[in-house]
Amino acid sequence: MLDSQRDAHGSERGRRYWRSLGEWTDAPEFRARLEREFPALAALPPDAASRRTFLKLMGASFALAGLGPLSGCWRQPQEKIVPYVRQPERVVPGKPLYYATAMTLGGYATGLLVESHMGRPTKVEGNPEHPASLGASDAFAQAAVLDLYDPDRSQTVNRFGHIDTWDAFLTSLKRRMDAARAKQGRGLRILTETVTSPTLLRQMFRVFDAFPEAGWHAFEPVNRDNALAGAELAFGEAADVIHRFEQADVVLSLDADFLCSGPGHIRYAKDFSRRRRIDGRSPEEVAMNRLYAVESAPTPTGSKADHRWALRPTEIVAFARAIAAKLQVNGVTEANGPAPIDGRVLDAIADDLKAHSGRSIVIAGDAQPPVVHALVHAMNAALDNLGETVVAIEPVAFHPLGEAAESISQVQSLRNLVDDMRAGEVETLVILGGNPVFTAPADFDFANALDRVEYKVHLGLYEDETSIRCDWHVPETHFLESWSDARAYDGTSSIVQPLIAPLYDGKSAHELLAAMLGERDRTAHELVRETWRETFFGGRETASDEEIGGERRDRAFEELWERAVHDGVVADSQSAPKTASISDEALARIIEEADAHAQAARRNAGGFALLFRPDPTIHDGRFANNGWLQELPKPLTKLTWDNPALISKRTADALGVANGDLVEVALGERSARLPVWILPGMAENTLALHFGYGRTRAGRVGDETGFDVYPLRTSEAMHAAARATVRAVGGSHPLATTQEHHLMEGRDLVRSGTFAEWAEHSEHPDFMHAGHGTPDISMYPEYEYAGYKWGMSIDTTACVGCGGCVVACQAENNIPVVGKEQVAVGREMHWLRIDTYYEGDPELAEEGDDGTSLRTYHQPVPCMHCEKAPCEPVCPVAATTHSDEGLNEMTYNRCVGTRYCANNCPYKVRRFNYLEFNADAAAHPSLQLLKNPDVTVRSRGVMEKCTYCVQRISSARIEAEKRGERIRDGEATTACQQACPTEAIVFGDLNDANSRVAQNVASPLEFALLGELNTRPRTKYVAAIGNPNPAIASVDRRAND
Amino acid sequence: MPQIFHPSFNTLSRVSIFGAVLFIAAAIGLAALVVRSPYATDAGVIQPQPVPFSHQHHVGDVGLDCRYCHTSVEDSSFAGIPPTETCMGCHSQLFADSELLAPVRESFSTGKPLEWTRVHDLPDFAYFDHSIHVHKGIACVTCHGRVDRMPLMWREATLHMEWCLDCHRDPAKYIVEKDAVFDMEWTPPENRAEIGKELVEAYHVQSKTNCSVCHR
Repeated sequence: MLDSQRDAHGSERGRRYWRSLGEWTDAPEFRARLEREFPALAALPPDAASRRTFLKLMGASFALAGLGPLSGCWRQPQEKIVPYVRQPERVVPGKPLYYATAMTLGGYATGLLVESHMGRPTKVEGNPEHPASLGASDAFAQAAVLDLYDPDRSQTVNRFGHIDTWDAFLTSLKRRMDAARAKQGRGLRILTETVTSPTLLRQMFRVFDAFPEAGWHAFEPVNRDNALAGAELAFGEAADVIHRFEQADVVLSLDADFLCSGPGHIRYAKDFSRRRRIDGRSPEEVAMNRLYAVESAPTPTGSKADHRWALRPTEIVAFARAIAAKLQVNGVTEANGPAPIDGRVLDAIADDLKAHSGRSIVIAGDAQPPVVHALVHAMNAALDNLGETVVAIEPVAFHPLGEAAESISQVQSLRNLVDDMRAGEVETLVILGGNPVFTAPADFDFANALDRVEYKVHLGLYEDETSIRCDWHVPETHFLESWSDARAYDGTSSIVQPLIAPLYDGKSAHELLAAMLGERDRTAHELVRETWRETFFGGRETASDEEIGGERRDRAFEELWERAVHDGVVADSQSAPKTASISDEALARIIEEADAHAQAARRNAGGFALLFRPDPTIHDGRFANNGWLQELPKPLTKLTWDNPALISKRTADALGVANGDLVEVALGERSARLPVWILPGMAENTLALHFGYGRTRAGRVGDETGFDVYPLRTSEAMHAAARATVRAVGGSHPLATTQEHHLMEGRDLVRSGTFAEWAEHSEHPDFMHAGHGTPDISMYPEYEYAGYKWGMSIDTTACVGCGGCVVACQAENNIPVVGKEQVAVGREMHWLRIDTYYEGDPELAEEGDDGTSLRTYHQPVPCMHCEKAPCEPVCPVAATTHSDEGLNEMTYNRCVGTRYCANNCPYKVRRFNYLEFNADAAAHPSLQLLKNPDVTVRSRGVMEKCTYCVQRISSARIEAEKRGERIRDGEATTACQQACPTEAIVFGDLNDANSRVAQNVASPLEFALLGELNTRPRTKYVAAIGNPNPAIASVDRRAND
Repeated sequence: MPQIFHPSFNTLSRVSIFGAVLFIAAAIGLAALVVRSPYATDAGVIQPQPVPFSHQHHVGDVGLDCRYCHTSVEDSSFAGIPPTETCMGCHSQLFADSELLAPVRESFSTGKPLEWTRVHDLPDFAYFDHSIHVHKGIACVTCHGRVDRMPLMWREATLHMEWCLDCHRDPAKYIVEKDAVFDMEWTPPENRAEIGKELVEAYHVQSKTNCSVCHR
């Protein structure tokens, strides 16, 4: 049956791109859904309001309408102006200020610039001065402000679930600490997450001075244990490894999603795309890199690979070994048994890497076992990449003081704590952040062990699964509320600067530690300053005390401090490269380990492999109550609000399950029940499980969403488990995915080709000629755009589909969250969606091939701002109109909600407020603080869509006009453009021939979406150019012969 | 067959047909009047304020520049309402015991801000920027009227969209020289139309009437 379908597609003109398996097979249900004119309406249950209720409701609204003119329709409510009593310096009402700070995830800092309107932070951007950001950001950073204002955050000190006070807590803590001091701190334990804060480390030293017998443990569920262990295995000492992708011609990724997750991913995406973007240049000027990827579950990085193979977890180890053998890494031989992919293909990859020695990178994902990391280091050493493109530095995260061995892993650290708790050796446990009851490995049974501790304190942003089991819960300050410091992936230190005083009764980890030391009055600000005074001057007297502002202050320090706070980075604080080499003994150990892995793989052959991965949008569960991140369609699957197990088509067929069907996954005695989702590009007999969902005490947004898979994750198998059983249990779970929403049926929406094809016909590449061409006549009169002519170019070669732009747009434009049910009926409000297209045969990809049979493309789709916009003539009230700068404008106060415009939009980019989606802000004052004051908050019954961030254009124009100049290229940026780590989105003035966007648009690789409709879109796309290895293509041809 | 309608129905029907047309026209006219009336627009209506602040005294008599209090008018969308500190700059010395100024002194000593009633209140979906208008030669007096003659503050203009568009469609009618922007007594010369055109040219004023200029 599939063959006949393939034939049917083969006869179609041009390339075959598809978005979902339903579309690929063209199933009748899919067609029916596509052809429904108003899916959002049709999905409403018909009996929602009977005729009688309808009439009653109508009667009521008419009555209200009658009252309207008397009350609110033309007389505005009276407003107050409340000026300052004493106006703070530099605050100009109506003008935002920007402050540098940093956000940590997994301990690693990303530098940010945060926009503050009259003292309330509203929008986060990347800090251009910070090495881990360079001005870009990701979805987590963009969504940070929503966390800050979340009304579900814990607001008061809590004792056994009852409201208490900080003072009462301090009294109780002091008694406890006095007792501990008497015992030299025996029985006192502190559990942190990954710590990179120099101030926290300094405080820990002080804690150990006061309590020498105390213990410090560090654990978080997404950790770098394997990477550190791998470095130790290879180099004989712990090290972090940083990569210089801008220098790499060839990259081989072993399950590393370096473009979208992990420390430094924003920088890596920026560097990587710098070597990939076309930027309107000719083939001779572009030195495009090449990416090979092997992975078990599709990642955004894998989707950008020129060759990608889906391998089971054990096969990746075998692959690493095989490729190391091909690279002639000393002593590494290929394992017995079949190679995971064709040996000739391996040869081609190895040749490519060798040809670029010193200018290539082999990188392993954090979820890979240590031996893969060690093999990767050995390969990089053999390729002379060490010290060039791959640089070892001292580990950025601080090792918990007092732990026995330097190399101790976080899992082992937590195991030590749990063992001691069980043994009754822990009397006082202070948990600084994190939610170990929810996230600890299942075999630790952390909750049970915790119950045996006499006195437990939990510091956290939320009252969560852990706090409910603790004696005391102290609300933690958000990073935008408190002083701290943190280090980035390359060791650069940043001062974490607060933008707002704590909204609630929050305390930072620094303040809690100070309280433990009996310094209850020390503020985090003082503590952080003290750390840096010591760091800058090493305790030396600087003798530069001066009278500043009526106080004696140290001028030399103040200058350095102000600079560091202002810039968001401490100058020259990045770690120095350290020389790392791999001894022969280390190599022997690596081979030994690889052999052990091969044996284990043979033992564990058969059954299902499970992958444990953090959820792409809610991470380890910490962002579960963040509506923006919950509703952000996850990369590739486009799922919202859920975490089904990802599974390949063939495996699903073998199990007899379809999307949403429930399965029971069993691993020994542990089991979990969750739905499945078929994802092209998954490895066979492998289930990818995303942890973080299924929380019970996340808050109103996050509770009861998704399925908890932590119960399957044990300390022995943190990232992958073998020999699981999976069976269908009947029943299904509704899943809300946006992948099939807003489809533009059967047209040529993506253009893709290879670098070689482009180089052959650089002016008129063959792959650009699809569709009917663009007719050049129009019924509408032509218009001369004399001033600015705004346009956007989106580079599908660069876009990795991470979704950072979608959240940036949501934050900038006050876009509401609608909830899972509304998403399921197609009412998501995102102005910008990222369409994922596949090309090729999903079944062939599962069989293994030359790594190009399934290709993935990401296409962000905002409003096209058509010059001949079909939405405009159909609006009966002229609420959507065209500006003389070419913007397709939407005037909310005119809109009466006929939805004709959305009906007539071929790109399906208009969004309608079916309900009062902003009602939450009215109910929760803290959410009102979140809104961007420069953008209208829309109410029910109004159409909305991308405006090219007209508020930013407007403010750039005003500033330029005040100077008497034109807006310079780069002064007016859209929120999506600013957030994008790969610089895929370029916005600017098409009338300025030197602008980046004009140069992009002039490229022969530029195309308009549905250009044949003659809508003349202002948003255009750069074709997706891949750079596959010709040597592999020829291997494949020989194989087919 | 007898006539169904009495001859007087001819007159009646004429009266009712024309009467209805007239009535509808009158209703529309009345509605248009009401919408533009001070009842609906608050134009010319004095708003209650915590302190009976007199622009007439401060601007007209004392001669303070607008920007002494409205400090951000050249930089920001919002002209700025002075902090209590600004009032106290003078009133810690002048009229220091005045009963009328008690709320100001109280605000200064307690730190609780004064709450003024907004006189010029645009709808929340309209975005207005003071700084660009001031930079392009639109005088304070053009929109706010002769505040130096207002003992208590009222709104001079309707702030209706047609009022905004009147100038946005043809700024030459209202534009003044940049030097005269803060001048209350600037009187237009005889050849205003010509000078207006020249100034529009010189200041690069664009007659922006796109929706997104104000609505976004």
